[in-house]
Amino acid sequence: MHEFLAQLANGVELGAIYALIALGYTLVYGILELINFAHGDVYTFGSFVALGVLVGLRAAGVLHGAGLILGIAAALIAAIIASALLNAAIERLAYRPLRKAPRLAPLITAIGVSFMLENLIELWQGSAPVPFPNVIPNPQLQIGALEVGVQQIVVVALAIVTMVALHFFVQRSRLGKAMRAVAQDRDAASLVGIDVNRTIAITFLIAGALAGVAGFVGGVSFGSAWFLNGFGAGLRAFTAAVLGGIGNIAGAMLGGFLIGLLESFSTWLIGGQWSNVAVFSVLILVLVFRPSGLLGESLPEKV
Amino acid sequence: MIYTYAFVAIAACVAIERFHNRRAKATIVLLLAAFLAIAPRFYGNDAVFSVLADAAVYVMLALGLNIVVGFAGLLDLGYAAFFAIGAYTYGMLASPQFGLHLPFWALLFIAAALAALFGALLGAPTLRLHGDYLAIVTLGFGEIVPQIFQNLTKYTGGPNGIAALDVPTFFGHSFGASVMPYYYIALFGIAFALWISRNLRESRLGRAWMAIREDELAAKHAGIDVLRSKLAAFAIGASFSGIGGVLFAAKLALVSPDLFGFQVSVLIVSMLVLGGMGNIVGVVVGSLLLTIVNSALLPQINSLVDTAFHTTLDLSNLHFLIYGAILVGIMLFRPEGLLPSRERRAELHHAGEAAVDA
Repeated sequence: MHEFLAQLANGVELGAIYALIALGYTLVYGILELINFAHGDVYTFGSFVALGVLVGLRAAGVLHGAGLILGIAAALIAAIIASALLNAAIERLAYRPLRKAPRLAPLITAIGVSFMLENLIELWQGSAPVPFPNVIPNPQLQIGALEVGVQQIVVVALAIVTMVALHFFVQRSRLGKAMRAVAQDRDAASLVGIDVNRTIAITFLIAGALAGVAGFVGGVSFGSAWFLNGFGAGLRAFTAAVLGGIGNIAGAMLGGFLIGLLESFSTWLIGGQWSNVAVFSVLILVLVFRPSGLLGESLPEKV
Repeated sequence: MIYTYAFVAIAACVAIERFHNRRAKATIVLLLAAFLAIAPRFYGNDAVFSVLADAAVYVMLALGLNIVVGFAGLLDLGYAAFFAIGAYTYGMLASPQFGLHLPFWALLFIAAALAALFGALLGAPTLRLHGDYLAIVTLGFGEIVPQIFQNLTKYTGGPNGIAALDVPTFFGHSFGASVMPYYYIALFGIAFALWISRNLRESRLGRAWMAIREDELAAKHAGIDVLRSKLAAFAIGASFSGIGGVLFAAKLALVSPDLFGFQVSVLIVSMLVLGGMGNIVGVVVGSLLLTIVNSALLPQINSLVDTAFHTTLDLSNLHFLIYGAILVGIMLFRPEGLLPSRERRAELHHAGEAAVDA
């Protein structure tokens, strides 16, 4: 029972991170029908930026008392800004010129961007995992039979707050409305005066910002950053987005938590070396038997 | 020296693509074949032919993937899985692992059949999916297969793989430590793969693939059995990879799960994209260019830089950057690849505007 609860907490924490990344895939897929393969690497980039800021501030000796809280906030904000700008730059340079190309062209380009980013991050940070500065206190709390770290609670809370904010942004704000309009029909949206390119650029900014939050949170919770982190995490998050129903924000959150739980329980029950097989099997099964996902509606094929 | 061979082969490919006269093309092919068969007796050394044999295996893989991606338009991001299946077939059936020592020649066919079978098994449920979804499913499959080989330690040697594979024999003569037999076998393999590719392209099945690639719905309504044609593409493409896997494993005398990761699948896709998807000669050029850059040019630049500046750089790190840059650069600036077929170039440069949202 004790172990079960620990794995549950673990899975929810992992799931929160996957859900944040999955939202980025889902937003971009919703609007462009493009699997932004480089999204996982934007997450890695965010992790390293947060790490760099924390290391710098620790070296400056300001990470105690109120300085610690400000420092953590600075690392989070830096990761958000850096990832958002990187994602928007990728869209501008690599995807926008291909808007009218055959459908596989942007996907192949996205894979290329992903490989380039991974290699550049490796050149920048080396090929070994870099430990995250251990500056954030993590007292353990005992809730009944469940023992959780405060960090875990903060990570999950931060993720949920972000997701709820995104939900209201997309559903209520003017820009969110424009995003949904472009997702539904790009040409019609431009006819009613929506600047399609600007809306797509903003979508990439938001998706990148979410990856930045995930990068910070993931770095803190895994305790390290590694240039290939984004590949595995990205694929899991993409699986989560597909499981929930791609293009669907609530679905991405649900899928994220489910994949997180699947990973932690498969690691516990059948061993960590099988968790990849479990996750990708789910991906294949969902795509084959219910490609619209758990919450998605099945759409008629566009001709 | 390696560049001489590569240059001759690539120049011949370009010439074949430029000449329209069938007889001229046939002459060039024969001359090239004669050169590649005879020149090694006079010129070159084991290191050169080792790289060329590897290059030839990659050409075979690229030709196989070209059937799937180039002809049928199905983006397969897990092609390395079939390569792994071929290699492990040899690794498990011709090594001390189980004490089985099946002959190399028989295993070429067994591996081709097994890879084709797995291609069909993966394809049967998934080929209904379109475009990017199919790409992701195949990517998942490509991640699962090496992971399974890694986890089933009892049968596959786990992360260390299987070593000391049998050295093939030819009518009782062992290949020994020489790389020449692999070079010649791989040349035969390419010739065979080229012949099959060409005939398939002109066949009823090949035309069905292209119809599906251009417009699946229209193809279906024209009476093409879409699913069966796609399955055939998957199975045939995979079988090339299975043969390549046996050659690769026998030459290396080793298989291990980390040799068949996602980066291998992307490497082969990069070869296709670089040379020109769908065009047989272009694909050969693309895979030659990339293999030469990987196994000859980069190491040489590396040692040049190191001696000139007294550094110990590791430029092998740059492989991924190069594949990535090729994928992005070609897609943005020359989507038809370096050496496209005439039809494809015409499509992308004139009809492109009409085919929006295709």
